Amino acid sequence: MKVFPDHGARPRTGGVLAWVVGLPLFLFALGLALGLRGTRPRAELSFNNGTEPASLDPAVATGLPEGRVLRCLYEGLVVKHPRTLEPLPGMAERWHLSADRRVYTFELRTSRDGSISEDGSIGARWSNGAPVVAQDFVASWQRLLDPRTGSGYGKELWRVRGAREWSTTLDEQGAPRLPFDGVGLRARDERTLVVELDAPWASFLDLVSLPALLPVHVPTLEALRAAHPSDWQRRWLRPRELVTNGPFRVLEHRVNERLRLERNPDYWDAARVGLATLDVWALESPVTALNLYEAGELDLLTEVPATLVPRLLERPDFRPAPILGTYFYRFNTARPPLDDARVRRALALVLPREEIARNVAGAGEVPAWSFVPPGLADYAGALLGTGAAAADAATARELLAQAGYGPQGRPLPTLELSYNTQGRHREIAEVAAETWQRELGLRVALAGRETKTFLDSQRSRDYDISRSSWIGDWPDAANFLEIFASESENNRTGWADADYDALLARAAAAAPAERLELLARAEARLLDQAPLAPVFYYVSRNLVRPGLLGFEPNVLDEHPPKFWSWAR
Amino acid sequence: MTWFLLRRALAFTLTLWVVVSVSFFLMRAVKGGPFDSERELPPAIELALRAQYHLDWPLWKQYLQYLGPLNLDAHGPTWLGGDGSNCLTGLLAGDFGPSLRYRDLSVSEILGASLPISLALGCLALAWSMPAGLLLGCLSALRRGTRTDGAVRALATLGIAVPNFVLAGLLVLVFAFAWPVLPPAGYGELRHLVLPALALGAPVAAYVARLSRSGLLEALAQEWVRCARAKGLSERAVLLRHALRAGLMPVVAYLGPAAAGILTGSLVIEKIFAIPGTGSHFVNGALNRDYTLAMGVTIVYTALVFGLNVLVDLAQAALDPRIASRERA
Repeated sequence: MKVFPDHGARPRTGGVLAWVVGLPLFLFALGLALGLRGTRPRAELSFNNGTEPASLDPAVATGLPEGRVLRCLYEGLVVKHPRTLEPLPGMAERWHLSADRRVYTFELRTSRDGSISEDGSIGARWSNGAPVVAQDFVASWQRLLDPRTGSGYGKELWRVRGAREWSTTLDEQGAPRLPFDGVGLRARDERTLVVELDAPWASFLDLVSLPALLPVHVPTLEALRAAHPSDWQRRWLRPRELVTNGPFRVLEHRVNERLRLERNPDYWDAARVGLATLDVWALESPVTALNLYEAGELDLLTEVPATLVPRLLERPDFRPAPILGTYFYRFNTARPPLDDARVRRALALVLPREEIARNVAGAGEVPAWSFVPPGLADYAGALLGTGAAAADAATARELLAQAGYGPQGRPLPTLELSYNTQGRHREIAEVAAETWQRELGLRVALAGRETKTFLDSQRSRDYDISRSSWIGDWPDAANFLEIFASESENNRTGWADADYDALLARAAAAAPAERLELLARAEARLLDQAPLAPVFYYVSRNLVRPGLLGFEPNVLDEHPPKFWSWAR
Repeated sequence: MTWFLLRRALAFTLTLWVVVSVSFFLMRAVKGGPFDSERELPPAIELALRAQYHLDWPLWKQYLQYLGPLNLDAHGPTWLGGDGSNCLTGLLAGDFGPSLRYRDLSVSEILGASLPISLALGCLALAWSMPAGLLLGCLSALRRGTRTDGAVRALATLGIAVPNFVLAGLLVLVFAFAWPVLPPAGYGELRHLVLPALALGAPVAAYVARLSRSGLLEALAQEWVRCARAKGLSERAVLLRHALRAGLMPVVAYLGPAAAGILTGSLVIEKIFAIPGTGSHFVNGALNRDYTLAMGVTIVYTALVFGLNVLVDLAQAALDPRIASRERA
């Protein structure tokens, strides 16, 4: 066709019609050619992970969705029992603790040649055939401690002797200057890993089973780094190159759609892995995920649409269970009137926790009268208030009067309550604001912000009251209480209290029984000073197809797929 | 023709440069960064991460690095102080950079995986909605004032007014649950694409029906149509050879930008039907402060809008000789 026909050219009937019919046909064919890539047969189990994992590198991935995938692909020294969360042997066949409770010695199930180990299993191997040796853990954890890796969890290993010094003594390029020999991490031989802590620490085995501490095959990384200096950081994570040691391996990665995993035949305990294939979906919309569950495409959802929770509660396959997580409000302790602990405590006392937990959150969330959630063995922390609404409101008004506010004093200025505009944060804030106004005469302006903007204002302490949450990494009260230590980056309230810091420091050095007692005193101090107001404790929102075995409720909401299988 | 395309190519380069520059600086001016989260990174780690992605450089240098083609970091050319292992980088070297959120992937890999999917879905949506809209529009114009006309106009108004997520929800309800013939979501086979293509194309069909109806009515009222009829041409010839050609003009003008929007993917439709296309990256890139990914999608979108507009210009020139002669002049 001539694009610019000469003046006076005679229009043809066929021209326009050909385009009107031909173009759609062409588009249809093009669409099919581009769009059809086929589907694999359905995996034995499909679950929705809620989002595309940010990375498959254990060192840099921090979120819950990433953790779920990483635990499929890699295995650490210990794994957790799916119900009790007790440490079970993983890469380490056994371990023992020295008499002074500072030195852990792990014996790995290493095998050079795939020979059978004592318990009848094959030894631990990487997917490239190399044996998993103690040196792999030393190298992986050295990588984690190196600030250039950019790991948010490296700091957790600072309790290892000399680790803090090693990762904070840097040259101008940001590289550690000290030799790594000074750090208490040692491979005594191929099978024996020795970890020496600064001081006894009860949660070390919990730490060791965090996703961040999963081992990677550092020799592969180093080889790729030498061969591809510009993009080795991405290259070693491609499914084809990725070397793993866990119960599953990556068969295919469709970005933003799903990860197809298959049982890793080289895994030492492959006979125990109940599923041959596993699909990890990255659906961000809980409604779509629920549709696919109802249509039989998905078997397990980790999140359900908030509005449907009341109806799902009637179903046996919806299994909410308490987890270690607290929803709370931070107070900016640098801004009057919130610089006065009495005002903060008054606000914390009158929050309508019952109403929020029951009517707004709605999946069986529990009103929170403390910061540390219940469900921790032997820990009995302090509580805020009496639990009786009228009495607490009276106390709150009295506290305000003492601080010079209220009917006899100055009027309270309007405060801003900021939240990120997701989920039910707005509804919760509305109920809170309404109650503060009614009970204390405090006017609250609601400020919903886009997530990153919101986080930025919280970090830079540009807020009055700010929505927050904390999910525990392991079952220990200190994991919660330490975020309000004055030097903690997660404090974000400006609250610094020498007594509180001292209690935490004493607890860290104390014997187990006394430790919990000191932590409880620290929590009492925290609730008394109230740089925060706990609102409710989270529950998990798992929708699980009946017949799935090995999926047990637990306080960390961690469900290692290694133990999953279908009932026959 | 050559001059026309050359001029357009120049305008395209200029437009792209303006879009890239404005979005680059706007995005960095927004509060929050790619590594912010509810769990704070230790300061030394954040510094290391920022250094890894050159976010610690002054903005002008980051901008130059992003544009390319010379690599300004430690791997750049030796005469710039680098080790010479990777001299070329940036847009001008065809490199969109690494994604700041999906650290295992480069922006090119993400676009490479998602763009064909959005294009496929968009093509299918356009493939049914253009002819359907046109057919209905013509029918409506030719039967002006009848019940058919009323029905088509009502349908078109409905198609424009009903938001696509409502329509998508209805389609899922009907075809996936009430009468389960199609999957409610997913991607891979033709059956996965039917419902999203219907939902995505419905508003286009409605607009096309409306525009072609009014275009055709206007054309049919022209003197040259009367002249053609007077010449003794059959009604079919009048319609297909003359009136339709003129009546299509507004449709073509609308289709350019509309097609660009559809081909780059709709966030809503992709979310509802779990289609791993580009639409969600557009929004998530901005929300996650994934600067490079958001830039990459913006560039692709700009290129598509521009490219399709050039196609529209060509089509209009083909339909209307007056435009062609103006272009030549």
